Amino acid sequence: MQMSLSPPDATLTVRLILNGEPVTLEVPPQAILLDVLRDQLHLGGTKKGCDHGQCGACTVHVDGRAVNACLRLAAMCEGQAITTIEGLAEKGQLHPVQEAFLVHDAYQCGYCSPGQIMSAVALLEDPEAATDDAAVRDAMSGNLCRCGAYRNIQAAIADARRHLESNAQQQGRQP
Amino acid sequence: MKPFAFSRADSLETAVEYRQAEPNSAFVAGGTTLLDLTKLDVMRPSRVIDINALPLEGIERLGDDRLRIGALVTNAELARHPAVREDYPLLARAILAGASTQVRNMATTAGNIMQRTRCPYFRDVAAACNKRQPGSGCDAIGGINRMHAVLGGSEACVAVHPSDMCVALAAIGTTLTLHGPQGEREIDFADFHRLPGTTPHLEHMLGDDELIVAITLDPPLRPLGTAYLKLRDRASYEFALASAGAMLSLDDGMIGEARLALGGVATRPWRCHEAEALLVGRRAEEAAFTQAADAALAEAQPLSHNAFKVVLARQAIVRALRDAREGHP
Repeated sequence: MQMSLSPPDATLTVRLILNGEPVTLEVPPQAILLDVLRDQLHLGGTKKGCDHGQCGACTVHVDGRAVNACLRLAAMCEGQAITTIEGLAEKGQLHPVQEAFLVHDAYQCGYCSPGQIMSAVALLEDPEAATDDAAVRDAMSGNLCRCGAYRNIQAAIADARRHLESNAQQQGRQP
Repeated sequence: MKPFAFSRADSLETAVEYRQAEPNSAFVAGGTTLLDLTKLDVMRPSRVIDINALPLEGIERLGDDRLRIGALVTNAELARHPAVREDYPLLARAILAGASTQVRNMATTAGNIMQRTRCPYFRDVAAACNKRQPGSGCDAIGGINRMHAVLGGSEACVAVHPSDMCVALAAIGTTLTLHGPQGEREIDFADFHRLPGTTPHLEHMLGDDELIVAITLDPPLRPLGTAYLKLRDRASYEFALASAGAMLSLDDGMIGEARLALGGVATRPWRCHEAEALLVGRRAEEAAFTQAADAALAEAQPLSHNAFKVVLARQAIVRALRDAREGHP
């Protein structure tokens, strides 16, 4: 049997839904999702920290789940929905988690903030996740903050949770 | 990173054919090990074969009360599955003690079994490492070996198998289903990972053109007390210095069945059969737990920086057995 296999320099076509919009990309086989987002799609919100899945600065959502964009090939994302920090705000209105980070000063340098916020949003959208402080710290432990803004990050998440719950209740009351 | 080609496999047959056509190719599922190590030039695949489209999802209860887990089920999915939480709490707890939310969302069950060691000398291409480059030596043995193995090591390699999940699989009893050119075969999980011996680069019994397609757990113990205790340098997102997974079935304070496995201290997932035999038929009390812990570490060979692991692992065992007893219904 003789198989015809693509060479390493052949570019691949990848179709995905990026922040709600369909996108078609040509990428080299070894292109990492994080680098494609930043360098090819010019979405610089997602940050490169350790580049090895240890710091969480590159956290994005793939089909609704928080993942490290630095440990994912763009070519593996065919047909998937990717949400980055740029896709959270709606109609110019910040996401409640973004608002809460502002209110609680949940950063110093801000480099880890997009990853922290993406992890926090995924956590708050997970109906099965435990909500006590220890569980939140554990769920967020894949996001390092070298400035040490952890207490304010935790306060922001708790505040955003209250905000989202009260929004959900208000929507529930509407006819 | 060395450039590589990329192919998507749309069937098991294609996946195996790609692999056979290119011996230096590698399967990718979650990517959390492969891409990490490819960026470090520790792994240098000529082609990455994406197996995520293969029908290896799903968790199903078999007629004989075993639980069959598809190779591509993520660590996150597995830990929150009702059958796992109900019947195999040790597995759920071990998975949740490992990695981060993001990594558990990406990493698959088979990928967790296939993950490579975190030994810093293995991860550094400038260091001597018999696992990465056979015959080059081991910089860990005379180096900083605080995190290394005290059980199952050899003069060639003392690298720890890093998985938490595999500690639970070893304690529960697990069968792996492998797929290759000749079709499927099964292997006992206890026989899957190899001791390093003189050939630490050979880590498992998977053939060059095979892949894991399913992971099947033995029937659950009932009633069951269970505990997974992981001791580490920080409270979360850190590898174990020592971990102990324990399962006890008790009848009026007497131990019926006992299962015990260790992580963080051994070169492969480490089931403690001798310690288990010492527990069976005894009263579930401190004396039996201490004897079991001593037996489990009797063969330990500490290195220059990790003698503390022997003490730590003993204490982890005693505490895990105590917690398993307290958690018994």
